[in-house]
Amino acid sequence: MKKLSARRRHPLAAVVVLLLALAATGGLYAAFAPAGKAQADETSQSLTIKEGKKLYEVGCASCHGTGGQGSSDGPSLVGVGAAAVDFQVGTGRMPAATSQGAQIPRKKNIYSQAQIDQLAAYVASLGAGPAVPTEQQYGPAGADTAKGGELFRTNCAQCHNFTGKGGALTKGKFAPSLEGVAPKHIYEAMQTGPQNMPSFPDTTLSEKNKKDIIAYLNAVNGDKTENPGGLELGGLGPVSEGLFGWIFGLGTLIVVAVWVAARTAKAKKS
Amino acid sequence: MSTSANETSRSRGQAPAGERLADWADGRLGIYSLAKANMRKIFPDHWSFMLGEVCLYSFIIIILTGVYLTLFFHPSMNEVEYHGSYVPLQGQLMSEAFSSTLHISFDVRGGLLIRQIHHWGAVVFIAGMFVHMMRVFFTGAFRKPREINWLFGFLLFVLGMFTGFTGYSLPDDLLSGTGVRFMEGAILSVPIVGTYISFFLFGGEFPGGDFVARFYSIHILLLPGIMLGLVVGHLILVFYHKHTQFAGPGKTNKNVVGMPLLPVYMAKAGGFFFLVFGVLAALAAIAQINPIWAIGPYRPDQVSTGAQPDWYMGMAEGLIRAMPGWEINFWGHTLVLGVFIPLMLFGVILAAIAVYPFIEAWVTGDKREHHILDRPRNAPTRTAFGVAWLTVYFVMLIGGGNDIFATHFHLSINAVTWFVRIAYFVAPVIAFIVTKRICLGLQRRDRDKVLHGRETGIIKRLPHGEFIEVHEPLSQEQLHTLTSHEQYQPAEIGPTVDENGVERKVPASVKLRAKLSNAYFGEDNQIPKPTVEEYKEITSGHGHH
Amino acid sequence: MSSQDIPEENLPAEQDHAHGAVGIADEENPFADPGLPPHEHRIQDIDERAAKRSERVVALLFTVSMLATIGFIVAYLAIPNDKQIFVFPIGHISAMNFALGLTLGVALFCIGAGAVHWARTLMSDAEIADDRHPIEAPADVRAKVHDDFRQGAKESALGRRKLIRNTMFGALALVPLSGAMLLGGLGPAPGTKLRHTLWAKGKRLVNMNTNQPLRPEDVAVGSLTFAKPDGLEEHSEEFQTEIAKAALMIVRLQPGNIKDKRELEWSHEGIVAYSKICTHVGCPISLYEQQTHHVLCPCHQSTFDLSDGARVIFGPAGHALPQLRIGVDSEGYLQALGDFEEPVGPAFWERG
Repeated sequence: MKKLSARRRHPLAAVVVLLLALAATGGLYAAFAPAGKAQADETSQSLTIKEGKKLYEVGCASCHGTGGQGSSDGPSLVGVGAAAVDFQVGTGRMPAATSQGAQIPRKKNIYSQAQIDQLAAYVASLGAGPAVPTEQQYGPAGADTAKGGELFRTNCAQCHNFTGKGGALTKGKFAPSLEGVAPKHIYEAMQTGPQNMPSFPDTTLSEKNKKDIIAYLNAVNGDKTENPGGLELGGLGPVSEGLFGWIFGLGTLIVVAVWVAARTAKAKKS
Repeated sequence: MSTSANETSRSRGQAPAGERLADWADGRLGIYSLAKANMRKIFPDHWSFMLGEVCLYSFIIIILTGVYLTLFFHPSMNEVEYHGSYVPLQGQLMSEAFSSTLHISFDVRGGLLIRQIHHWGAVVFIAGMFVHMMRVFFTGAFRKPREINWLFGFLLFVLGMFTGFTGYSLPDDLLSGTGVRFMEGAILSVPIVGTYISFFLFGGEFPGGDFVARFYSIHILLLPGIMLGLVVGHLILVFYHKHTQFAGPGKTNKNVVGMPLLPVYMAKAGGFFFLVFGVLAALAAIAQINPIWAIGPYRPDQVSTGAQPDWYMGMAEGLIRAMPGWEINFWGHTLVLGVFIPLMLFGVILAAIAVYPFIEAWVTGDKREHHILDRPRNAPTRTAFGVAWLTVYFVMLIGGGNDIFATHFHLSINAVTWFVRIAYFVAPVIAFIVTKRICLGLQRRDRDKVLHGRETGIIKRLPHGEFIEVHEPLSQEQLHTLTSHEQYQPAEIGPTVDENGVERKVPASVKLRAKLSNAYFGEDNQIPKPTVEEYKEITSGHGHH
Repeated sequence: MSSQDIPEENLPAEQDHAHGAVGIADEENPFADPGLPPHEHRIQDIDERAAKRSERVVALLFTVSMLATIGFIVAYLAIPNDKQIFVFPIGHISAMNFALGLTLGVALFCIGAGAVHWARTLMSDAEIADDRHPIEAPADVRAKVHDDFRQGAKESALGRRKLIRNTMFGALALVPLSGAMLLGGLGPAPGTKLRHTLWAKGKRLVNMNTNQPLRPEDVAVGSLTFAKPDGLEEHSEEFQTEIAKAALMIVRLQPGNIKDKRELEWSHEGIVAYSKICTHVGCPISLYEQQTHHVLCPCHQSTFDLSDGARVIFGPAGHALPQLRIGVDSEGYLQALGDFEEPVGPAFWERG
């Protein structure tokens, strides 16, 4: 992941991250931190980083090294940026289970957003990288859904399927389903390229492009997405359609045929 | 004849209108002679005999809905910018074929329903033909005099597959376009003429601007026209041969037992048409099929994962996915075995089931008519061959969906592919052996049932303390049904020297046939059915067990 | 084939001859065909009230069908085409499709169910046996047909007048050639069209997403970008056919990770440009795994190693993806240094 952001060390990135983290922590930390211990008035940039460092040492250092320099069990986090941390921890992929399969799956996130922000702030302090995107970047306002569809089919559908239902990669790896993934996390994934996913930096897939893609996904794979024809059957195409047709189409017709051809009950002999 | 009939009715002056109309028609069409033979035609009752009807009715439904769709579909590849009611595609470039399909789906009232009935109908139609064909195969209904009708049916299945494929390609969506691209690649792999065929089919380079229009006339005119002819021929032969029946009391090779066409089968078969149509309409109401709006218009540089054809092309897809990438370059030419071999295997696997009846007829040497169906267990080798064939077919279906299987069962796609590669060779052999054993076991059970009666489940304690299960002798109906199947003797080569001691030359084909015949009917390959003598000895000697 | 070789006794005896169509089992043959079982009555046959009940059920089914058809008409006229409803457990669906489909389904199904119920409960269920007759014509008919044919053949003198016969066969054999010639208009000869793409020396690589020419610094390590040749616009008529060959996949590797010497030579600062079209059957291959540098085809799972000359490491593809030689022009944009050196896409006979 260090590679991804090699050329994304914008001088202001770290500052933006920290400011963001600060703003978020101001409100959230107070809410999540145990009452009594919280000292909201002491929040500051260094405090956030310090808290993040504590969390890092407990949850991450065993694999990624005490200073984020990486080890045989985990890549270096220097320069991956806050966006990568927000994505990895926010989708529950990090911290990963010790025995990893082909790839680290999405699971229930065990950190609060405030803690994630602290972690992100700490990792961002190790070396600048992409910042966590703002609502304005991934929100629906001003997005072109149709253009997003075209971009999605060019850049994303080959792994994630037409409407983001996911698909197979080599040797047990897979592109996960994008159903129910927060727009922020989709944005961060495109930006940072987690695990085997390639990144789509702003230089080749502009901010507007990303916004369009997120809007398209929301239109075709959101809670309110209409499937005018009825059951979506997983959105997987002909395999599930074929199974459904055999079982419920032909199956029903065979049941009907059994009824049509069966003998009518005879009167009981008395 | 009709004149005199007319005269008599006129003299009475009061014949019902229907009768007069029939008389009128008979005078011109001779319908009475036709009706005499067919009006009370007998059809046996069995659910599996209705599978063919499922196909016939879904074929009619597909034609009806297809005609409706042609009223709105534009078979053109002209690029247009979409400005219809589906928002996530507005402003996108697409072919007229695609945009008119969107129009049918979103703007024509009931258009989506008809599209979905048409597509679900196609899925069920070909699935129905497959199951119908298997029913005919496993019961031996393909034997004389029905071999030609078997071929008609097989041709319908193959043509149905290609009609389905061309229809699936018409909307020019990203999924079907990927399928067409695959077809182009497969054609290119044909040695010597492949490149030319591809250029002639597509009017130049892929995708060009012609293939939708060409597929359209193939899909709505050429193939369905041939199929309609074959369906009519198939039905005429069914009427002419009269239906087969399972063995049972009163059923012989010289009769057919069942209900008359008028009224019972008229009502049942006619009603079944509505039942099939009703089920397909309900299916189209609740389940979405081929949502091209979510798939998007075709562009040769775009693709989605999970790119599969409809199920009936899944076998071909599996073959092509499992094949290793062999390619031979020589003298400035390329032999694309990695694509060409699967293409050939697709044909060979289908042909194997099509020619089987002729091979079996050759092995048995039986030239008599067969109207009594076999129970699959009583033809173990045939049943085992059929199951082995089905195994290959389904292994390849798994191969065709290997990515979906990998993601949904958390497997490695490479492992699934390797499984398919190995199973292609191993699984049919295992299936053959296991099926044959099961058949023979069932034959033994039938034999025991005939000789020792049915196990009643009642346990009796004998005076000396032994527990036995009471066996109840079978009724005569059951005895007859279980012993009425035919058993062949294996063919022998005969003496290798003639009566003068001169060595007789035995042709290889005769040797092969003797070998096959032995594999079919040899000692360990069928269980001799009980004879009257055996039965008498057991029942009279020691009636109790 | 010589099926005469199979002696008659190997064939099983005809069923009828073996057992005879004896009505009653006797000492001689306990397996004899007892004949059709006697007809048993259904409840409806003996109980008029049950028959009435069946009649009412049939009538009810037909009535439901009528109501459903009226429902169909109402739904067709009343429901707006774009109305969306939520139906548990199906989801958000089109109200029109659901209403029309269900009413049509019920209307049709009830007609069928009514007819079948009628047939099953109220029409006679006595089984009837109908005789079969051999398909083969009797010997005298066979002889007559053969004679007639011989007579006709003789009268035509086709066998005797060889000149007529031979010229006729010649004419009939030649005439389909006209049809075959007409098929020639279906397409042009392939020529060398499959060997060339729009790429040429000096053509800039244009980003598919932004429609802007790419600079090396735009392409990050681990990123994936798709490009088309400069000047090829989506609106142009030949776009589909040209992009089917020219589509390009661009990734950046650490130059140290590139194992293939020619690949490194043809790259620019680790940026490599490969054809996006699979060499198997032409799917746009682009499932790029940035950690392994493998690219997988979603159609048939051919896998190529982009760090090693895009050679095939799994699946049915027969040869590596063609690489496009790239460099940078005077303004700092990525450009092609020529066309692909080998044909892109699926292999074909003349490929060599």
